[in-house]
Amino acid sequence: MPVRVNVDKCKGCEECLPSCPFDAIVIKDGKAVINEYCQSCMACISLCPEGAILEVEKESPGSADKEGYKGVWIFAEQRAGKVSSVAYELLGIGRKLADDLGTDLSAVLLGSTEAEAKELVRWGADKVYHSKNRIFDNFNDEPYSQLLTSLIREHRPEIVLVGATPMGRSFIPRVAARLRTGLTADCTSLAIDKETGNLLQVRPAFGGNIMATILCPNNRPQMATVRPRVMKRGKYDEGRPGEIVDLNGDGLTSRTKVLETVKEVSDVTVNLQEADIIVSGGRGLGEPKGFKLMEELAGLFNGAVGSSRAAVDAGWIAYRHQVGQTGKTVCPKIYFACGISGAVQHLVGMQSSDVIIAINKNPEAPIFNVATLGIVGDLYEILPLLIKKIREAKGLS
Amino acid sequence: MNIVVCIKQVPDTAEIKINPETGTLIREGVPSIVNPFDMHAIEAAIQIKEKVGGKVTVLTMGPPQAEAALREALSMGADEAVLLCDRVFAGSDTWATSFTLSKAIEKLGADIIICGKQAIDGDTAQVGPETAEFLNIPHISYVRKIEDVSDNSVRVQRLMDDGYDIVESSLPVLFTVVRELNEPRLPSLKGKMAAKKAEVKKWSNSDIMAGENDLGLKGSPTQVKNIFSPEARSGRKIIEGNPEEQVEALIQELRGIKCL
Repeated sequence: MPVRVNVDKCKGCEECLPSCPFDAIVIKDGKAVINEYCQSCMACISLCPEGAILEVEKESPGSADKEGYKGVWIFAEQRAGKVSSVAYELLGIGRKLADDLGTDLSAVLLGSTEAEAKELVRWGADKVYHSKNRIFDNFNDEPYSQLLTSLIREHRPEIVLVGATPMGRSFIPRVAARLRTGLTADCTSLAIDKETGNLLQVRPAFGGNIMATILCPNNRPQMATVRPRVMKRGKYDEGRPGEIVDLNGDGLTSRTKVLETVKEVSDVTVNLQEADIIVSGGRGLGEPKGFKLMEELAGLFNGAVGSSRAAVDAGWIAYRHQVGQTGKTVCPKIYFACGISGAVQHLVGMQSSDVIIAINKNPEAPIFNVATLGIVGDLYEILPLLIKKIREAKGLS
Repeated sequence: MNIVVCIKQVPDTAEIKINPETGTLIREGVPSIVNPFDMHAIEAAIQIKEKVGGKVTVLTMGPPQAEAALREALSMGADEAVLLCDRVFAGSDTWATSFTLSKAIEKLGADIIICGKQAIDGDTAQVGPETAEFLNIPHISYVRKIEDVSDNSVRVQRLMDDGYDIVESSLPVLFTVVRELNEPRLPSLKGKMAAKKAEVKKWSNSDIMAGENDLGLKGSPTQVKNIFSPEARSGRKIIEGNPEEQVEALIQELRGIKCL
């Protein structure tokens, strides 16, 4: 619903200005004016002492035949033939949504093998649309979006979920644009509105400072990317029946071409968004070799190494390890923040971790405000000791 | 080479504080900045121009005050600036924003279009790829290095989770760029002076002739139902003692959560 100001009632008191999270209200010629930044969050409406801010009816674009759309789809992403773990998480939430709607759950797998397609059935899919076309061996946005778009046009699912991974976030906007439908990025919670049957899509905005519930009421399918590691996997059932539909994928074209895929893997995995445990270091490490300790600790848990922006800017570690607003958003089971003070930009990238363990010299460091467990101390004293104890506990020493 | 850079003026989210009593955002005094990723997009465009020649046009859609963001880009070395500003653009989601930008880019004509990876207020990363689809051109996301630009093709490095891909594309093409790509230059004094005087073209819908059903709130498939504060984290605990005791307590905690 759009929000408008009744200029006859507005006294220009400016009470509404601080309420707007989007800076969308300005005072012009003594009256409040709502500008292009307005996201219709309606935070301002109740604050106006004159009752001058109103919601007005919106005429929506819409596909007239919403009814013709049935079923929940998830996109199962693969890299080098292996299906990513986010696909199983999507099957978990997708199964739940499909059951709530009383409909089927289908997965789309482009590339990879029949064995992997069958695995998707065991994790909850009723049907898997699978193409073994070699064009999907490398990731190019155009063939991915072309095939998914034509499949959606043919089968008309009501919901399409995709992992909010580099791949998913890159190609799925093209599909939504082409289908003239809404796409909600990086959702952390999804549910069906019991009254309307619409998908309630919850996502963080403003670097995680606020959460927003997004609807796509008049267009189908309702599309969302889902943040990895937030949704739970469903139940694995070896004997689950399901259908595999082969697609040939002929006639697809790509104007981009992957010439080479270069792996840059250090001793511990760098795949931050898939790791259960992340050990991150910041400026408090004092020197690049502090990351050796991070790697050692992460290695004990088969975890990944992260960092704050300060450590990246200092040249101690590569940018891809950076967690935070201008780096990656992560939500592991355990996040170790070592020598990281906890600037807002860092916190927004990791504060949804299950358990946060902070080690810092400065007891006033903001990281302690979000830490589940905090240790005030010298990380060069604490960590070697911790590593030794963990090795003992794991019988490695 | 015609290069168009799409930028966005955003509130500096790092400056946003939460009122602990009401749980609402405190927006007073929060400055507006050019979206940090877009600064790298502007720098990349200027570097391409310096290398192969051409023209850099910066484009934004927003309220009149977004002109300041365009002037910042001009001061860095962009040649022209266009502000898309019209009441009918108000309330656009990523679909309508991308559609509107694509109409303006069609009018400008472009060989290379560069966008930041995402804006720090919405964090969607959708406008770049959606714009490419509306223009019916290829795009490459997360560009971390531009290896080669020729008259009809480009070769770049695309950042992935486990490394990078070297990707080639025909022109025209759209990139979204990451911070690793470059270090945005500071504007020179001369650049600042010139930017003050430069003309910023203001385009309304009559300049791009888009159907109103595809614009603004009316053209946006998604709607914000409501906004709320994230749940505060609970159960904070500071482990006291000497290092030995602290580590021992931490080991017990790790055992408690079945991590050991």
